[in-house]
Order: sequence, then C-alpha cells, then structure tokens
Amino acid sequence: MDLDSDVRTDVETTTGFIELDNVEKVFDVRRRTGFMRGERRRVRAVDSISFRVARGEMVGYIGPNGAGKSTTIKMLTGILTPSGGRLRVAGIDPSRERTRLAHRIGVVFGQRTTLWWDLPLRDSYRLMHRMYRIPDARYRENLDRCVELLDLGELLDVPVRQLSLGQRMRGDIAAALLHDPEVLYLDEPTIGLDVVSKSRVRGFLRDLNAERGTTVLLTTHDLTDIEQLCKRVMVIDHGRLMYDGALAGLHEVGESERMLVVDLERQLPPIRLESEPSVRTVKVEGPRQWLAFPASESAAPLVARIAAEYPLVDLSVREPDIEAVIAKMYESAGGM
Amino acid sequence: MADSTTGVAEGPGAAEGPGGRAADRSGVVFAERPGLVEGVRAYGLIVMMWLRSTMAYRASFVMTAFGNFAATAFDFVAILLMFSHVDELGGYTLPEVALLYGVSGTAFGLADLVLGSMDRLGQRVRDGTLDTLLVRPVPVLAQVAADRFALRRLGRVLQGVLVLGYALVTLDIAWTPLKVAMVPMMLLSGAAIFGALFVAGGAFQFVAQDAAQVQNSFTYGGNTLLQYPPSVFAKDLVRGVTFVVPLAFANWLPALYVLGREYPLGLPDWVAFLPPVVAALCWLLAGLAWRSGLRAYRSTGS
Repeated sequence: MDLDSDVRTDVETTTGFIELDNVEKVFDVRRRTGFMRGERRRVRAVDSISFRVARGEMVGYIGPNGAGKSTTIKMLTGILTPSGGRLRVAGIDPSRERTRLAHRIGVVFGQRTTLWWDLPLRDSYRLMHRMYRIPDARYRENLDRCVELLDLGELLDVPVRQLSLGQRMRGDIAAALLHDPEVLYLDEPTIGLDVVSKSRVRGFLRDLNAERGTTVLLTTHDLTDIEQLCKRVMVIDHGRLMYDGALAGLHEVGESERMLVVDLERQLPPIRLESEPSVRTVKVEGPRQWLAFPASESAAPLVARIAAEYPLVDLSVREPDIEAVIAKMYESAGGM
Repeated sequence: MADSTTGVAEGPGAAEGPGGRAADRSGVVFAERPGLVEGVRAYGLIVMMWLRSTMAYRASFVMTAFGNFAATAFDFVAILLMFSHVDELGGYTLPEVALLYGVSGTAFGLADLVLGSMDRLGQRVRDGTLDTLLVRPVPVLAQVAADRFALRRLGRVLQGVLVLGYALVTLDIAWTPLKVAMVPMMLLSGAAIFGALFVAGGAFQFVAQDAAQVQNSFTYGGNTLLQYPPSVFAKDLVRGVTFVVPLAFANWLPALYVLGREYPLGLPDWVAFLPPVVAALCWLLAGLAWRSGLRAYRSTGS
C-alpha cells in the first residue's frame, strides 16, 4: 500500500503544474501570559500536505477558518517559506525565486486589495503594466477584455477606496490577470459580495479557465463557489488534507445531507413517505418540520410527494455547509 | 523506472519545461535582472505614479509643501530667538550653528524625501498588506520606500538649503578647495547615513510592528540633535552618536573640519573624511538587517 502510493507520486511529478510533497508549515506562537512573560507553542498550520494540480485545472481548496488554506496559498506564492517538504509551481521553488514566479502567477486576496488604495484603478493598472513589463499590445488587449467582461468601464477613474467591495474585487481580479498569469490563486474571492457580484465573478472565472486554460486554485467558505466552478475539491482541516476528489464524492464521503424545511397548515405527526426511504424527519416544531435527505438526490420528487400527501404551505431547501460536511467526514472516519 | 522519472522531474530540464511554454504563450521572456537595478527601476515607477497623482491637485501640493517648510523652519526660528539673547551657543556663533543646522536639515530632508515612507512598514505587517507587495515581481524594499511618495517633503529640504546658503554666505572662514568639496560630500554622506537609519528602522519593524516611534526618535530626533553644536551635549551622548549610531559623521565631524574647530572626544583630524566610508558601512548593515527582517517575516508571516 505504501509502496503503491510512492510510485503513483513519482509518476505524477512529471505532470503536476503545482506540486506539493509533504509540505509543512510550523509556527512558533508566542502568547503573552503576563508582563514580559509569555509561553511558546508550536502550531502546525500545514501538516504534511501533498497534492498535484495539472495545468488548466480549476480546483477548490476549502476548509473552516484557521484550517491552513491561506497558509498554503502564501507558500504557493512565495510569501511564506515552508518549514519542510518540497513545493514547486511551474517548476519554480516559490520561496527561493519569488520574483521570478511573480511573473507567472496572479493572486487575489479577498480580504485585502493589491491595488493602490488612494489612486484610481487606471493608475494601478498602468503601474502593473510597467512593473510586470507587459508588452503594450498585450496589455491593452488584456485590459480591454477585463474591462468589458468585468464591467469596469465606469470605475477606471474612481479611487480604489471609493469602490464597493464587489467593484473592488472585480478590479483586483483584472489586476491579477493583466500579465497573463498561468496560475491564478484566489483567496476567498466571493467573501462579502452580494449575489449579483458573486455570479459575475464566478462567470468570469469559468470563462477564463475554459478559454485561456488558466489554472485556478481558489479557497472559499462558500460551497456554491465550488459547485459552480470546480470539478475537483480539496478539503483541509487542522492543516491536513482530508479529501481530494470530485465534489459529488465529497458529499458521499461526508454522507452530507440537505435539509428540506416545510411549513404545514397545522401541527401533524412527523412526515413519513413510503416512496422515499432515504428521507428522515429530524425535527418537528409546531407546523414546521425538518427533513434530511441525501445531498446527491434531487429535492423535486420529494417536494412533489409531500405536496400531494400533506397540506403544504411553504418550504425551503438548505444546502449543507462546509463545516457540516467536514463534521460528517470526521464521524464517518471514526475521528481521523 | 520510478527512480528515473523522479530524476528527470527534479533536473533543471523539467523545471524549465513549463517556463518555455509560458514564454511562448505570452510572448515575453523574463530575463533575470540584478535586484538593485530592478529595485531602483520599480522605485522610479511607483514614485512617478504618486507624482502624477500629486500633481493632479497642484493647489493642495503647494499648501502641504509650504506647511512642511513652515513647520520645519520653526526649528531655526527657535535658534534665532536664542541668539537674540546670547552671542554664542556652546562657543559657536550663529553662522556656525547655521552651517550645522543647514547640513543636517538638508541631508535629513533628502533621506526623508526618498525613504520617509519606511516608517509605515509596521502598519503594513499588522494589517497584512505587506503580503500584496510580496507577490509582485520587484523588490519589497523599493515598494515600501516608494509607497505614498510625498513630494511635499521637499519643503524640509528647501528650508535646510536656505539655512545652509545663509551660513555659507555669512561664515568668515578661509575656504580651501578641500573645505569646499567637503560641503557636497557632507550632504550626500549625511543623506545616506540617515537613509540607512530609515531602512534599518524599517527592518526593525518586521520584528516589532509598533516600533515606528523608535525609528522616528533616531531619525527625526537625530536630526534635531545634529542641529546644535556637539559642545552643548553631554560627552556620553556625543560618544553614542559617534560610535553607536554614527550620526556625528553626517554633519558634526566634517563640519567641524570646515569650521576649523576642535573635535569632540579628542578624535583625530582625519575622521572628517570618513563619512562616505561610514555611510557605506551603515548601508551594508541596514541591508543585512532588512534581509534578515524580511526572512523572519517570511518564516512567521507576522
């Protein structure tokens, strides 16, 4: 078994565009316990992670807060030096050749902008043009394309600090793509965005990946990002890679369930459906009942049956969130 | 079989494979360039951007530059007031003190103009925006130094130059070619020494993020100190700014040579010619400090 996986790693080394082998990041955290006194604690933010991402893949990297997502991205961009293991992006060791790698990657931090806060968007782009030595024709082409697809035309002369979160995010994504990066890292690109902005950003990323073959690695809290963008998802928790595979498989592994919340006309005994054995009624509260059903199944037949057999007033479907999926994974693995 | 694939993957050929494809795709070949050249170029690019944006609000620029000029000129007004009551300060006449003041003010003003933004590094570490500089293909030092380049700091330089001009016109000394050459040498070396202090102070902020005031006490505080003759200060303080933080080389020692005065601490005459050497040493140390500060940041991320 061990030998088997070793061989597999070696073969994939030749195809991986992003390669991590047992990458670790250990922090010494000092906590102040009193005046001039403190205690040191070692924290494994990333604990022996290995994976390969092929050129042109679009991968979701998810996990709860503090799981090690951002730390991984920081190592992949060369911001942080790994404590151990081997890491390559496009054949480059990010921590040793940070500036060489910078020409080939684009980075978007959802929480902070890479643009110059007090200057109009246009000035930031102009500076990127010179800083990255982007040929004029290519720069104009890329900028025009981003301006059109991300609808930035009206915003170019507005100082970045005056942009809304969604506008700023679009501006940041454009800035990260002007130099034609082969890899785009997005750290929480939809955090805090409204529904319209989210869908615009997602649509743009989907097209970018399809048309230009840009490799995309994105971290997110929002499972919908992954559902709409990524065929492959990696789940990280406590610094360890818990899952690497298709999103559908994640639902299976996590045995995750969606929740159907129904409001009936009056209080009734728990709903029981002969035709849907996989559905469980988990909670009853007056006329409102909660039914859990496998996330891989459609809600439509279930809703139809309930509507036919019960006096249905209203309903809603709740998607499983990432924390719930991960909790389920722990349960099914017997506490990895 | 497995061994041979590993060997290929880790060889330089495999490492450059994707790179070659990328270059084809984007039509750009990224040549390796020396860090210093890249840094100066990037500094220039960023400064130009800020200048353009400053010049978009000319009236505002004129006002803030004048404010900067006036605020710093108060220091000299204070000295003038002192001389309205006494004829000498620590044994020095007004033109002599003006020389010390003008050299220090101009040298510090130049360093402040070029590198004054370094004191915002701690803030950048705290709020995490330093990371955004680390993903760009140019040296971080250049980006931090050029950030929010403030041309209004020219006000301080102008003020120093005016006082220096007054001193040179009114000083009653026998100018020799060597003494004349001393003046630009003092200004450049002094600016370099103060500049190295700004960089070293920035490096310190990687470790202590709220140390901007510590840095200011050395830079701004040092400047204020140098505006007065060394004879008014305690010996230990003079020793400190000569041997520990070598600010004395920025103006005191070379200026005392120009004035033909006794050296403090019984130092020999030739120390007057050391400022360029001291400046180079300071930059070497500041560079090493910066490097290790950045390395520490990249291993801890905070």
